[in-house]
Amino acid sequence: MNRYLIPLAVFIVLVVFLGIGLGLNPREVPSPLIGKPAPVFKLAQLHESGQVLGKEDLLGQVWLLNVWASWCVSCREEHPVLIEFAKRNLVPIYGLNYKDKRDDALAWLNRFGDPYKASIVDADGRVGIDYGVYGVPETFVIDKAGLVRYKQIGPVTPDALKNKILPLLQRLQQS
Amino acid sequence: MLLSMLWLLALPLSAGAQTGQPVPEDPVNTKRAMHLAEELRCLVCQNQTIADSSAELAVDLRRQIREQIAQGKNDGQIIEFMVARYGDFVLYRPPLKGTTLFLWFGPPLLLLTGFAFLFYYLKSRRNRIAQQHMSASEREEARALLGSDTGSRRA
Repeated sequence: MNRYLIPLAVFIVLVVFLGIGLGLNPREVPSPLIGKPAPVFKLAQLHESGQVLGKEDLLGQVWLLNVWASWCVSCREEHPVLIEFAKRNLVPIYGLNYKDKRDDALAWLNRFGDPYKASIVDADGRVGIDYGVYGVPETFVIDKAGLVRYKQIGPVTPDALKNKILPLLQRLQQS
Repeated sequence: MLLSMLWLLALPLSAGAQTGQPVPEDPVNTKRAMHLAEELRCLVCQNQTIADSSAELAVDLRRQIREQIAQGKNDGQIIEFMVARYGDFVLYRPPLKGTTLFLWFGPPLLLLTGFAFLFYYLKSRRNRIAQQHMSASEREEARALLGSDTGSRRA
């Protein structure tokens, strides 16, 4: 009896491990920034290029940093979700326009709508590297103390917004 | 004459510096940058190193490495810079710590288990064989069978 049970048990363990492996998304690499201070930046704004926005200007509030670009296909997918979210006026969304051309970026916002309180220009992607951006779009939830609390890799889906981001925002705003 | 020719030789270099073209670096630093880039995983195409990948992020990170070498940072500092931003996943050689214990010791452990299993199996098999006794008539029968078998094969 043992002769068959042991291989069967080993096989089942293997299947369980492989099953878990299938469910994981290798594209989602957990960010080491969670719980740490958001990297500092000081970048020109997209609409008013003369004005500079820095991390310290945003301290004391909960805010979202959404990394986007006009060349990014998935950004278009998540854009309606962001527009809807912005209408609810819960927390401000700031855009990080990542490795884009100013004219393209402005035209894109004109065409699809602008959910951002302001967008800042990261033309050479250096701030993107500081934030560990590797797949646009990415969205960070940053708390009142300037700590990164959550990172959404890929588009913000209605599901992720409802089940992950909104409950977190509520908790952060109360604290 | 000679002087003017020398000046001509120097021209392309100064022109490069003016337009912001990358100036040829010294080979030691290039080698270091290359070596570091080979140790780091590109997160866009995850089975390639930063050195291999032509993804834009890899290009940017190679530039980061070159710049940091030029700033006089050592290899450890540059690796730390990458890990702080992208996590241990960027390292093709993950560090040994609590969460990676199974990663490092799992395969040798499985191998040892396999060897242990094999050892006990072979031992019990040898015991089983040793315990089997043949009677004289069985032995005779086996010899006859084997003899006829080899004979027929030779024919």
